[in-house]
Order: sequence, then C-alpha cells, then structure tokens
Amino acid sequence: MISQLFILSSKGDNLIYKDFRGEAGSDVINVFYEKVTALPGDQPPVVMNHGDLHFVHVRQGGLYWVATTTADSSPFSIIEFLNRLASLVKDYCGDLTEKAVQMNFALIYELLDEVVDYGYVQSMSSDVLKNFIQTEAVSPRPFSLFQLSNVGLFGAETQQSKVAPSSAASRPIQSSREQGGKSEIFVDVIERMSVVIGSNGVLMKADVEGEIKVKCYMPNCSEMRIGLNEEFSIGKSQLRGYGAAVRVDEVSFHQAVKLDEFDSSRILRLSPSQGEQTVMQYQLSDVLPSAPPFRLFPTIERDSGGKLLMYLKLRCDLPPKSAAINLCASIPVPKGSVSMSLELSSPDQSAELKLQSRSIEWTIPRFPGGTQLSALFKVEVPGLSPSSLMEVGPMVLNFELPKLTVSGLQVRFLRLSPVQPGPAQRWVRYVTHSDSYILRI
Amino acid sequence: MSSALFSFTLPDAAVVNELYTLLRDPDPVVMVNCLRALEEILKEEGGVAINKPITHHLLNRLKECDVWGQCEVLRVLQRYRPQTEDELFDILSLLDASLVSPHPPVMAATLSLFLGLCSALPAVGLAALERVRAPLLTACGSPSREMRLTALCHIQLLLRSLPGLMGAHYKRFFCGYAEPAYIKQRKMQVLVELVNDDNVAMILDELRGYCTDVNTDTAQAAISAIGGIGRSYSDRCLEILTGLLGLKQEHITSAVVQTMRDLVWVCPQCSDTVCEALEGCEDTLQDSQGRQALLWLLAVYGERVSSAPYTLEVFIDGVRSETSVGVKMELLTTTMRLFLCRPAETQDMLGRLLHYCIEEETDMCVRDQGHLYYRLLHRGIEETQKVLQGRRSDPSLGVLIGRPAEPVSQWACSFNTLDPLKQGPVETEPPSRGSPEHVTFDPKPNTDLSETLDCSQIVKLHSASDRASGCSDSSAEGLASSVAPPLSLSLTPVLSPEEFERLWLQRQDLHTEQDAEKREEEEDCACLVEHIRGPAIAHCSPQSLQAAMQLVNIQTLAFTPPHTLPWRVYLFTHTQHTHSGNAPHSTLIVGELLYTGEANRRVRLVKTGSDDGVLVEGSEEEHVREGGDPTPAGLRESARENGEEEEVKVTLKQQPRDDSALKGFLSILTTVLHTLSSERA
Repeated sequence: MISQLFILSSKGDNLIYKDFRGEAGSDVINVFYEKVTALPGDQPPVVMNHGDLHFVHVRQGGLYWVATTTADSSPFSIIEFLNRLASLVKDYCGDLTEKAVQMNFALIYELLDEVVDYGYVQSMSSDVLKNFIQTEAVSPRPFSLFQLSNVGLFGAETQQSKVAPSSAASRPIQSSREQGGKSEIFVDVIERMSVVIGSNGVLMKADVEGEIKVKCYMPNCSEMRIGLNEEFSIGKSQLRGYGAAVRVDEVSFHQAVKLDEFDSSRILRLSPSQGEQTVMQYQLSDVLPSAPPFRLFPTIERDSGGKLLMYLKLRCDLPPKSAAINLCASIPVPKGSVSMSLELSSPDQSAELKLQSRSIEWTIPRFPGGTQLSALFKVEVPGLSPSSLMEVGPMVLNFELPKLTVSGLQVRFLRLSPVQPGPAQRWVRYVTHSDSYILRI
Repeated sequence: MSSALFSFTLPDAAVVNELYTLLRDPDPVVMVNCLRALEEILKEEGGVAINKPITHHLLNRLKECDVWGQCEVLRVLQRYRPQTEDELFDILSLLDASLVSPHPPVMAATLSLFLGLCSALPAVGLAALERVRAPLLTACGSPSREMRLTALCHIQLLLRSLPGLMGAHYKRFFCGYAEPAYIKQRKMQVLVELVNDDNVAMILDELRGYCTDVNTDTAQAAISAIGGIGRSYSDRCLEILTGLLGLKQEHITSAVVQTMRDLVWVCPQCSDTVCEALEGCEDTLQDSQGRQALLWLLAVYGERVSSAPYTLEVFIDGVRSETSVGVKMELLTTTMRLFLCRPAETQDMLGRLLHYCIEEETDMCVRDQGHLYYRLLHRGIEETQKVLQGRRSDPSLGVLIGRPAEPVSQWACSFNTLDPLKQGPVETEPPSRGSPEHVTFDPKPNTDLSETLDCSQIVKLHSASDRASGCSDSSAEGLASSVAPPLSLSLTPVLSPEEFERLWLQRQDLHTEQDAEKREEEEDCACLVEHIRGPAIAHCSPQSLQAAMQLVNIQTLAFTPPHTLPWRVYLFTHTQHTHSGNAPHSTLIVGELLYTGEANRRVRLVKTGSDDGVLVEGSEEEHVREGGDPTPAGLRESARENGEEEEVKVTLKQQPRDDSALKGFLSILTTVLHTLSSERA
C-alpha cells in the first residue's frame, strides 16, 4: 500500500508528486531530501523512516523514485512497483531522464491515475493501460547530427544501415501514430557477467545473468515466436554430448510466455504487448562455456628510486571476429600516490591517475579478440613501503561486448503472425556487459 | 478502473454485503478490489472476515490475478487458520507453485503465508525456506540494486533459522565492484555466516580484497567481517589482520585494532598474536574509537606488551590536547590496571595522570573517575585489585560460539516487511557494544541499562556493603562486588541447554501440583514458586532482558518472543554464599518466568467481541484472535485501573538446597524485573 509517491531529480527538484491516501502532508518531500542529503556519500539507504512514515526509494535514470508507506508493507512489492513504474515511464516517454519526466508530467500523472488507486496497484500491464492513456508523449530529444550517422560518407550505402542505431529503441511506444506507423520490434539478448579471476589466473567466480527483452512498437501483432538455439539446455543434468551446447542453470519466463513448443524445439510463443517486457531471464553460475574474455599478466615492483612500477599485459581471449568496446580498466594504487608517467602500446589508448578514487583509469576504445595490449605505469608514491604493494589491485574492467553473448545463446528466428503488412522491421541485438569483472593482482 | 475504492466513516451494512457478494465477480481485478475495500472499511473490526469458503475461493482464483492482486490476496489470507491438518496441506500444495514464482513480491508474500500457516509444523516451514532459495538467489542478482538489497536482507533472516541454507552458493555473495556500499556490507555479513572449512580460504581471500576499498565504510565492514570469521578460524584471520596493520593507514589500523579487541574478548587464545601485533600501531591511530580499543587491549594484556608503558606515556603526555572523553576515561583505567601489574614503570605517569584529571580536567566524568581511583588507591592495593581486575573474556562464551539456529517464529513476523531493510539491526551491531566491559567506559548514552539498574536498590535490599566503588561505578563488577559479602552470583560453569532441560524436567511432576508460596523440599534440592506483582516485563525486548540479567550474572537460556502468550523465560545461575567463616558454599539455580496474565482476560474479550454478522463462518474465537490484536494494550490499562496487577510466576529450583541463597536470588531477580518494568513505563 502506497501512501504517497514522488519523483525527485538528483538536485531535489520535485518533478512528480501524488498523494493517494492523504495520510501525510506534502512536506514529506523536503523531509526525504534532507535525509538523503544529510548522509555522506551518494548511496542513501533504500528504506528510511521519519516517525511512522517510511520512505522507500529506488534510483533510476538519475532520479529518486520514492514511495511512502507503513512499516508492515512488503518491500519486494514496493520496490518492484517503483521499478516497474520507471520502466512504464520509459516506455511512454521514450527516455528516462529528468527532462523527459519534466516535459511529460501530464502523461505521467495520467499513468499514475490509472495505475494506482487509493494506494493500491491496479494494473501495470501495458495491454490494459493502452486503452486508457490518451496523452501523447513529448519527445525531449532535439534534432541531432548523430541521427544522421546511419548515412555513410558521401551518402554511400554502408554496412551501418543494416544496423539499427542504439537509440532506435528509446522512443515512446505511442508515438507511432504521429510518426506514420513505423512498426518495429526489437529483441535484445542482454547478458551481464560478473567474474573474479585470481592472481594465478584461475577463474574463481563466474556468473552470467541474462535476459531476453522484447520491445514492441507494433500495434497489431498477435503472436510472435522466438526460436532459441536448439541445443539450449537447462540445469547440469541435461548436458548433451560434447557439442557446443548452450547451457544455463536456471530459467524463468514471463507469465505471458507459452512454453508448449519449448521442450521440443526451444520456441517461445508470446503475444507481445506494446512497450518493453522481459520475456526470459536466465542464470549461469560457476562455469563459462568459453575462456573468460580477458586475462591479465601483471608485474608489479618497486624500483630503486622508490617508484612503483607496474607492467600490465592484458590479453583478450574473444574470438578474432569480435571485439570489446569502451573498455575501461581501473587499478587501485597505494594511498599517497602523487603522479604517474606511462607508456602505452598503441596511441588510441589513454590512462590517467585519478587521485580522488586513488586509481589509474586505463581506457581502451576498442580491443579486438586474440590481441594483447600492454602498459607501463610508473607511479610516484612518497614513502612507498613494501607492504603498500598490497594496496595495488585488484583490477576492475568495465566493457561491452557487442554482438556477443558469453553463454552462447542465440535467437534462431523471429516470426510474427499474422504476417505484418508493410515494412515491419525486426531487430535482434546481442550485448554482454561487464557487471563486475575483477582481475586480482 | 474496474471498481473504485471508497473510504467510509461508518460501515454500511448494505455496501459491505454487496462487496462480499462481489468477491465472486468473474473479473479478478474486481475481486481483489472488493477485498481491498472490505479491508479498509472493516479495519476497525480487524479487516475482512476470512472463513473457509472465502479462503478456498480466493486460493482457487489466485492464478487469475496479476502480481499485485496475488500479493494482496496472500496477505489477507495470513489471517486464516485452517481447521484440520488435511485442509492445511491442501492449501500448502496449492500455494507451492507461487512459492517459486519468478516475481519476488509473490514469492515473498507466499513464504510469509507459508510460515504463518506452518507455525505449528516447523519442519514444513524449513522445507519452504529451502524451496525459496532459488528465487531468492535470483532476486539477489536482479538488475535493480534495491531489489538485490531486499533479497539480501531477507536471506539474512532465513539464515538465522537455516544457517546452512546458502552454504554452497557463497560465491553469489561476493561483492561486485560497482555495487553500492550498503549492498557490499550486507553481502559481507552474509558471507560471515556462510563460512565453513571448505570455503573459508576463498571467503577470506575475497574479504581481504575489500579491506583496501576506497570507501572507508566498506573497508571497515570487511575488517570486522574478518574478525567475525576469526571466532572460528582465528589463526588465518589474525594473519590477515596483522598484515593489514603493515599498511599504516589510519582507518584500516583503527578498524583492525577494534576488531582485535572484539576478537580477544571472545577468543582469549588469540591474545599472544594480538599483543605482538599491537607494538607500534599507536602512531597510526587517529580516531578516538581506535585509540580506545588500543587502550583497552593494553589494560587487559599490558603485562605482555613490552612497550605498553611507553605507549601510555605518549598518551599521558598528550592528555591536555585530548578532546575525547572516552579516550580519557579509558586511559585512566588502563593506567590503573597497568600500574597493578607493572608498578615500577607506571607509578610516575599514573601520578601525573591522576593529578591532571583531578586538578585540571574540566569534564565531570573524567574528574570523578580520577577521584574514584585516587580514593581506591588509598584503600590499599588489594582493594584496588579487587575492583579493577575485570574479566578478560566474554563470560557467555559457550552461548556465543556456534550460534544455535533460531526457530522460524522468531523472525517470521518481520518477514516481508520493511524491518529487515532498516539500517543497523540489532544483530549486526558489533558484539562488543553489549559486553559489560565496554559499556562501562563508554560515555555514550547506551549505558541506559546499567544506569537504570541502579545497584543501590540491590544494596539496600541486602543491606550490603556501602562501598563507594560499587555505587559510582555502575559496571557489572561493581554490582557483583557490592553484593559479594552475602551472596554472589556467577555464570560459571556454564550450563548447556541439554543439562538445563534435564535438571528442569527432573522435578517437573512435583511442581505441577504446587500452589503459590508452597514449597516442596527434597533432601538436596529445593523448589520455590513465587508470584512477582506488577511488572510488565513480558513486553520488553529479549535483548534488554538478557542484558539486564547478565549484569547481575543471571544467564537466560531461552525465551519466547515478546508479546506472545504464555510468555516464558528460562534462566540459570550459580550462587556463592559465604557463611561467615565457613568455606564458600555454592548452589545451582534454574528457573522459569511465566507470564499468562492476559490469557485469562482474553476469554472475557471473546465474550464481548463484536461480530459483524456477515458471512462470518469462522469460529468466534478465531475471529477475535484476528481482530483482537490492537486491544491488549488498552485492556491492560483498564486492568491496572481496576487494581488487578499483572503477575509473573517465578518457578525456581535449587541444587543443593540453601534457603537463604534462594531468597537472596529471588530478591535480586525481583529487583531486576521491577527495574525493567519501570523502565518500560
């Protein structure tokens, strides 16, 4: 049961406020913001209370989504509700930014009116809501030259036009009417990997959490069929032979997914509703089907002049055709580090000593599979003691692997029925993010 | 949408009837909204009446509702009590599918209902916990970090009853790099619980990585987590902790010293390593908490740290610029205690320190403490030793190691509420806070227990010695020593729960027929049943009760949670009674506190309880139990006005028999209970 709901910007501006039950005054917003800002750091506790009033908040899109409630309400429900609300707003406004929320406040109030009644959640399914929501979203995105990046140099047809721009899926679900009904469907396979590799190169922990998201901009799509790899298996017992089986440990499906063809031919059937929904979630723990994408070979020593010498070799074990992009490695350095000189193996890389976070940030824009990069950092640390070397590491990598899933999950086909008239575009996108990729030194 | 919700000031019978009828509406949204409306309208009467047909109807249609509707239905059903075991199992098997629902809210609501239904069948409840392991772990890896936190906090609850639940999945609780500090800290708390022989190396390796985290809170949490593991694997942990001291960083050193203090308190066998490690870390310590910990360690193990007097000298030389009262108090005590074991080296600095504290110090607490020690020294070294020779380790060692699995009912009521998510729950506090040693010298107001338990009451009761030390130093030793000449209580040797049970049941048959004030006597054991009037102690928290009892050296072994009836506490202690001139005579007392006061009154409540008369088929008693919860407080008030005092029945058994000791014990117990209940009021 939700008493009040409000959305605050990171600076504390009140963007949306709605009181469902009239149990407390609107000054709770200030109370909340004071509580948040009174705490050090940027990570206020999720649940805070002020007398009998309990604030539960989530951070999404840089905004605070806050609900006030009583102590005995379920945190699972409220957090799920706030997350779902954020994704609804994203569906309807196209984007989840302060500006988008500000410009579409009327639409959001309309949504809230339908979604919550007297503090009780009525329905959050976009199928139900589409009958009630009338307001059109205002798109906050101004015309940008980046939109033209699809067009090749001198107008030439390039490889790029076969790829949807990454922003293609962030548009409001209802704007199809005014944009002339460009019906599109996106199936995204997103995986997040968290890996810990010990200093001896042994894989200590590997978890992959994946999900298949369907984002649908088709008003009249009654059924779609998503075919997964045929050798897809669930659980440890079902290993089939030695082939390139795609194995996951646990799978859960959206309740609207019909699984009658799943056991025989790994086909998911569903009737997609407008907007984004997570069709399937899966997990893979402790083992990766292939070698972990990155290995580190460090040499760390103290040179005669009292400087810290770090010679780092980073190898990418991806298949040669793929590459990691936007790789950023950060290596903690001892407290008291002052300055750094560096040598990098290629000019497009860069590295910087961040004193505030006490670390070296090494950025590599593109790192193709099967290659190796190296860097030499000389860090000036006054009073470097041998035990300070303990403070070096572990290295944390942040990267993105486009067009690749580490579990090997693929979408074989994507069929829509009834067959769509006109240019229905179907996109399947794969990406793997590093949730937490830690290389111990 | 489909149906609106109204807020009524007066329940309108026609509307209520209509809403009950609409519960059978084909649209699940209508059904759920009727339920919500009835809950709101009938709030005064305890909500919608849940009887067997309604329950079965709701359960059968659970599948049609969406996530939010299911949660609502499951929440309302918590009030239903199945009449037969068969019905119970039918309901449980219907709910089994939702227990592993991919939606965390449904899973949590179902488990909550399960635990409520299975309160009489602990085994089924534990099996349900096993079932939710997979969905909870999935929620722990959810993309939303708030959801992760929620799942983690609830896993902590589950682990209290099933410590082995997540053992094989410990790697899931390794922290991600980008996770916020609050998640990291919770994960570390979980990791400490999951340690076993197989994974201890991996977990310690992981935790060591967090000790140098940029976020100082995370680093300190990691260090104290290593200390927590040190209770069972002290050698490995001490190796890591001493290694961390080499980093010479303020916050790390401070956390390590505090952790070592807490570790030594429960694991005295670590003291050698700790004493070695202490050398030279005083230069790095900056914050008052860390320095207090160092001083405490020097006080207790000063004779083994060769440089202790020099360290103290530095502190004493700088005492004028010292701002923290806590450090000054600790410094005084440490110097005193060190003086007792190394007088030659410390006499001069003790003199200087006492002079400063008495003549120049402006803080009253420090000055009083200085005066106290000064006068104590005048009484001679033996008296001083008696007062200052404190404990070096936790007296309740046996209870602390290998925390026993709690029954599910201990936490079931807070499952799926916001409570587990709140900051700083009691069990995550550093254990040192509760120990009398630390409470004594902690200037913060968390000494409320020892303050309210003003020992002068006991002194009066026993017409015991009027020693100044006992009154002004409200520590456990002060209390114990002030009671010492006539009767002293002690917790050693510790009584295991099994032994207790055996002793308790031995004479059960005799005591069942006993009346108040009547005594049964055997050749070597005594039984006493007494009613203590007045105290409302059944409503105070188990922690404060336990802490209060421990202050006077009574160990509580088991208790029912507060607000349950009948409320019971089992306790034991050893009395040491010195008959003038004779050898000390020691007895063992086991006892039970029983509080049933409200049970009698509840019967009356059942008779006056009103019935809304609509579709209520459940038995009257049940209905009132549902609705009666808010009333006991008011009822108690009226009972008090009528002059009916609440009573706690105390049953004591003593072995061997010693009437005066038993009486003495009873009066101490009475004092404690009265103090506690007046604190409540």
